[in-house]
Amino acid sequence: MELMPILSTLRRHKTAAGLIVLEVALSCAIVCNALHLIVQRQTHIHTPSGLAESELVTVDVAGIGPVGNLDEITSQDLKRLSELPGVQGVTIINQVHFGNQSSISTVRTSADDRAPGVGASPFQTDVQGLRTLGLKLIEGRDFQPEEQVLDNDFTAAGENAQVPAVILNRTLARKLFPGESAVGKTIYTYGSRPSQVVGVVETLSPPQPIAGSGGIDGPGNPDGYALLAPMRNSFRGGSFVLRVQPGQQEAVMKAAEAALRPVSDKRIVRPAKRLVDMRQNYFAQDRAMIWLLGGVCVALLLVTAFGIVGLASFWVQQRTRMIGTRRALGATRGQILRYFQLENFLLSTAGIALGMGAAYGINLALIRSYEMPLLPAFYLPVGALTLWALGQLAVLGPARRAAALPPVAALRF
Amino acid sequence: MNMLGYYLDLALRSFRASRGLSLLMILALGLGIGACMTTLTVYHVLGSNPIPGKSERLFYVQLPAQPVDRGSAADEEPPQQLTRFDAEALLRAGQAKRQVMMSGGNAAIRPEDPQLQPFFTSSRWTSADFFAMFDVPFEYGSGWDAAADQAEARVAVISRKLNDKLFGGANSVGRELRIREHSFRIIGVLKDWKPTPHYFDLTRGAFTDAADVLAPFSTAARLNLGSSGSMSCWGDMVGKQPRDLNAPCAWVQYWVELESAGQAAEFKRQLEAYSKAQKQAGRYERDTGVRLRSVMEWLEFSEVLPSDVALQVWLAFGFLLVCLTNTVGLLLAKSLRRSGEIGVRRALGATRRAIFSQFLVEAGTLGLIGGLLGLALAGLGLWLVRLSPAPYAHLAQMDWPMLGLTLGLSLLASLLAGLLPAWHAAGVSPARQLKTQ
Repeated sequence: MELMPILSTLRRHKTAAGLIVLEVALSCAIVCNALHLIVQRQTHIHTPSGLAESELVTVDVAGIGPVGNLDEITSQDLKRLSELPGVQGVTIINQVHFGNQSSISTVRTSADDRAPGVGASPFQTDVQGLRTLGLKLIEGRDFQPEEQVLDNDFTAAGENAQVPAVILNRTLARKLFPGESAVGKTIYTYGSRPSQVVGVVETLSPPQPIAGSGGIDGPGNPDGYALLAPMRNSFRGGSFVLRVQPGQQEAVMKAAEAALRPVSDKRIVRPAKRLVDMRQNYFAQDRAMIWLLGGVCVALLLVTAFGIVGLASFWVQQRTRMIGTRRALGATRGQILRYFQLENFLLSTAGIALGMGAAYGINLALIRSYEMPLLPAFYLPVGALTLWALGQLAVLGPARRAAALPPVAALRF
Repeated sequence: MNMLGYYLDLALRSFRASRGLSLLMILALGLGIGACMTTLTVYHVLGSNPIPGKSERLFYVQLPAQPVDRGSAADEEPPQQLTRFDAEALLRAGQAKRQVMMSGGNAAIRPEDPQLQPFFTSSRWTSADFFAMFDVPFEYGSGWDAAADQAEARVAVISRKLNDKLFGGANSVGRELRIREHSFRIIGVLKDWKPTPHYFDLTRGAFTDAADVLAPFSTAARLNLGSSGSMSCWGDMVGKQPRDLNAPCAWVQYWVELESAGQAAEFKRQLEAYSKAQKQAGRYERDTGVRLRSVMEWLEFSEVLPSDVALQVWLAFGFLLVCLTNTVGLLLAKSLRRSGEIGVRRALGATRRAIFSQFLVEAGTLGLIGGLLGLALAGLGLWLVRLSPAPYAHLAQMDWPMLGLTLGLSLLASLLAGLLPAWHAAGVSPARQLKTQ
């Protein structure tokens, strides 16, 4: 269309045009990166644990003095909990997902304790563990009752201590035995005796996925290596996990606390928790950050839009005489409207082009300081479309006012 | 001064003349400033020195106790904490002005009052120098001395919060505190004490509250009261409990206070000599990799400042930049629209300088109003941060320097934004403007 007159007008208003371009570019760069951060946090929040989370509740008991035979009491606790109405399965586990504990141990494929190993999160449960947690076996089998070891017996056994069987998660199985089946192989992680891999589960994330895995001291576990061992802790070292249908959880949680409390006054029963609530809590900061980033994006786009409205209105006012003259010379309202729309489109495009470059620049800086992944290319068209649409929307009002000017407007000045 | 009053009057007239535009600029500026100040305040609070005046004389000790794995570097970062064996050996040697070994823990408290259920609260098992070293303020009583450490005395210092809960805030020195089945004598009650970050032990989170119960490390070890925080073990653990004296587990924090920062090099040499002796004795596999970090070095190394916070500051300044670009654009539009008025003023004898000042005063006024709005928004922002689930949420409070900085930043930003439009306005030629009128 009428590109040349637009370009020559813009050349005469370099500063104002430049400011719009700059504003669009900045918005574009920031919004692209903010969107990228939002999507990344969303993936964090939805990291699968591999557990049947919606059906799990956990309850913790702590000892505050000698209570007698810990393992016997734990067996009674498990039995009492399994008899509660609505409970479909019970187990005891050394570390609960999304809880405040996370341990990591080194797994090796040879007995040489100097050989390089892999840091993995060990989950220790009784033989009901796999079934109660709802983990999905993709290879091999579940533990058998005779494979179960009591944690206290294991510690007491000294040199002879052995955990006969383990189940790996898929990432660990692939890492330790690339290109072959892990089932039937042996690994070393409990004492100096080997454990045989009897199965592989599809997904089992570390207890604290993403954030804080391993803390500042530990080897870290960003790849999510984990294993399951049939080693039963006592109530002192473990937490009870119950499988209950969502509708019945409230009642079962109360009943479980009540069932555990009277055993001894040397125990403190901590409030039972739903796993879904623990996940919610664990990722609360990520969720807050998503809201914040979203809020900043909206505010940024609004400010940019109002800036465009302001400058465009001023331009229309300043060019009243030009518009009137053009109208008097036969230009239609539509042509005037399109003139301003096209002008805005050109400015937005320049801004977007500049902004894309800046977006990648910021992204590279973020990669260096915050271990962010590279900005995927599909953010660019999304960002571009958003800002084009925003620009067109913002200019519509002023442009329509311009188009509505009567031809005589030119003569009044 | 007289002229300033006149310019202010002109500025207000100009705001009234284009209410929508002015409101837009103030809003954008206020939002940008508010966002910046909210994030900067959080950054400032979290990044501040927890023990100013002393931080450069307090040092965190790390020793190369871990085994040499194949392929690990000679000067590899040592374990974050010390083994109990090393900590006790250094404490016995006592080569610094003050030294302390400690660990976090959880204490099961059994209140005398039968109305109160037993409960868990955070504890710190520490040697005697802790209180003097970290300037711990006492409400009643005092800490214990090295003799109490030696004797594994059953004494405890409690926080003000716990004192309120158990004793209704009364002076409880001399009263009994039951931890599990053991009886401790309370010898001190602290004032409110909130070391931020919790620098002397980061293993339970950098922004955790200080412990409610403090008792001698030796006593806690004797009574097997356990510990909490992180622990890393290596080598052969079979038949050993991780908190045994000879267990290959690092779980004890060790700090020293030196007479001056200049003594650090000498003290480090002593630690290296200790490592060498341990290697000769066959306990260590290396003698390189001793670390001695001052408080701020330790905080920086541990990356205590959450990376989200830094990211938020960048985001906020990006936002402010957009808001400022916006303000420049709108101010420029305004100044172009007022070319006629400027022409008249110039024709009546106003110098370019006067016009320039007039527009800068207008921009500055805008900045001050925007800054006040920003201040209100920053207050709102900090309130939102306090509601957020972050562990440092309760720390987000505005302070005087930040308040001043807010207004200063706003004024500076608006003056910068006003430069281009003012320069533009000053360049208006009177004759041409009057002619087109």
